Formats: sequence, structure tokens, C-alpha cells
Amino acid sequence: MVRKTPEPVQIVKQRRDAALNALVSGVPYITFMGISFDRRGDELTGVLSFEDKLIGNPMLPAIHGGVTAAFLEVTAVISLSWAYIWEDFESGTLDVEALASGDLPRLPKTIDFTVDYLRSGLPRDAYARATITRAGRRYASVQAEAWQDNKDRPFAQATAHFLMPRTDNTE
Amino acid sequence: MSADKAQIARQFIEFLPHAKALGMQIVSIGDGMAEITMPYDERFIGDPKTGVIHGGAVSALMDTCGGAAVMCHPDAPAGTATIDLRIDYMRGATPGQAITAKAHVYHITRSVAFVRATACDEDTDRPVATATGAFTVEGR
Repeated sequence: MVRKTPEPVQIVKQRRDAALNALVSGVPYITFMGISFDRRGDELTGVLSFEDKLIGNPMLPAIHGGVTAAFLEVTAVISLSWAYIWEDFESGTLDVEALASGDLPRLPKTIDFTVDYLRSGLPRDAYARATITRAGRRYASVQAEAWQDNKDRPFAQATAHFLMPRTDNTE
Repeated sequence: MSADKAQIARQFIEFLPHAKALGMQIVSIGDGMAEITMPYDERFIGDPKTGVIHGGAVSALMDTCGGAAVMCHPDAPAGTATIDLRIDYMRGATPGQAITAKAHVYHITRSVAFVRATACDEDTDRPVATATGAFTVEGR
């Protein structure tokens, strides 16, 4: 019995990081907000690097509620897209070089988005993770949570529904 | 009295760093109603294939506009914070067009203000998004 040689670790990492980078850096708004993603295997953590322009109430000061909502929405969309293309770029069906040169997959469209503000966002970095609770062919449900100092004390959480891109190229 | 309140709310909203970063401008404000516009800007694009503005920027506009409506309500003495906000996205905003949100406080108690908002681009007959939210009523 001939066993397939496992891929070298650098190749695996390079492919996954390139795919993630293509997905994230292609969206101007994510760059504008200063959001990046940490990756461990297929698990993503959104990182919101604090900047003064993210402040809502300067008297407190606190992160703008709209920033918190946007951060959760970005994390939800990227996590969902990432899960959606994972199999394809891992198997080679989706060419990572084509991805990197700007041939990005269609993104899911947000149908609705509900955010609960649990405590005020402090003027420092924030982190977020999304869980896909349902990944259907047409619709997906995603939950997301954001925290700062302590993951067990989230400052906001969100529930969202998305319309998945059609695979047959018709709208 | 009410005009002063609107003036204070206007100054406060225009002072918010993130509202400034998104280029938001108050169209009108007063008596529990607010209208705020956000110009089209390529830095806010969420879908590079279509040039449509990211939902997150629309959320920030809705949240700001909702908060502004609460702040200028005659029964709300001071500041406010968002408790929750639900946004329904009806369609992508047309690239190149500003997005304008209108919010109004449709009910207020001693502790909570209930807000509805609608966002449109230049085609005001077909909203881009609608929102409902609960906001705190502070300082009473």
C-alpha cells in the first residue's frame, strides 16, 4: 500500500494564508476599519486595531456602536466566505494564485443583522469570532461575538442571516 | 428650548470621531427625528466586484442616526447608548450615490427609546435598508 506523502507544512500554510489574505485585502472597507484576521487552522479571529477614528462618544471615550456592529458583520462575512471556499482551495478546485490576483469568489449578501450591545467598547483592541449555525445552499445563519480583555465578558454579540452566492452564475 | 436641544445634539453628533471619519452630515434634527447623510466613498466599499458600500458602514450610519433621534427627543434629558439594533438589508446601495438615513423615536419611556430608521440612496422609493433599535434614556 502506497501512502501519499503529506504536503510540506510551508506549502499548506502559504496556501491558506494567501487565500485568507486575498479574501480580506480585496475589501476596501476592511482596510479602512483596520480589521485583520488571525488564523489557526481553519479558525479565524477578527482583530480590530484601535484607532481614534473608531471612537463614538469622545467623553467616555467608547468605540462607536456602528464600529462594533461593522466589526461583527465583517467577521461574520469573512468567516462565512472562508468556510465556503475552504474545501475548494484545499482540494485545488479553486486556484489560490487566481484568488490572490483579484479573481475573488462572490461574497454572501447580508439579509439582516442584529447586534446586542452588552457593555461599552473600550478604547483598545477588540477581537471577534463567528460561528456558522446553519450553512445552507441558499441561506446561512451566523452568530458572532466580540470581546476585549476577557473572552468570557463579550461587549457585543450578533445574529445574522446571509444569502449565499449562486453557484450557477445566474442571479 | 427645543431648538437649543437640537443644536446641542447636532454639535454632539458632528463631534463624534467615527461619524466624521465616515463623512456623515446632519440634514435635519429635532423632536425625536434625525436625518443624516453619508457620501459615497471608495474606501467604504464592501464588495469590490460591484462597488457596493459595506453593510457595516450602513450600520454605523443607522446607529448614529438612531442615537441622534433619541438625543433630540423632548423627553430624553441627556445621552443615550444603543441596547440593540436590527438592520434589514433590502438591496445594495447604488455605487456613486450618497446614503441618507432617517430615524424617529416612535415610543419613549423613562428608560428606553424605541427607534425606527430607513436608509435610502437617490432612489427614495426603494429603501436600501431599514432598522429598528432600542436605546437607553440616560440622566433621569
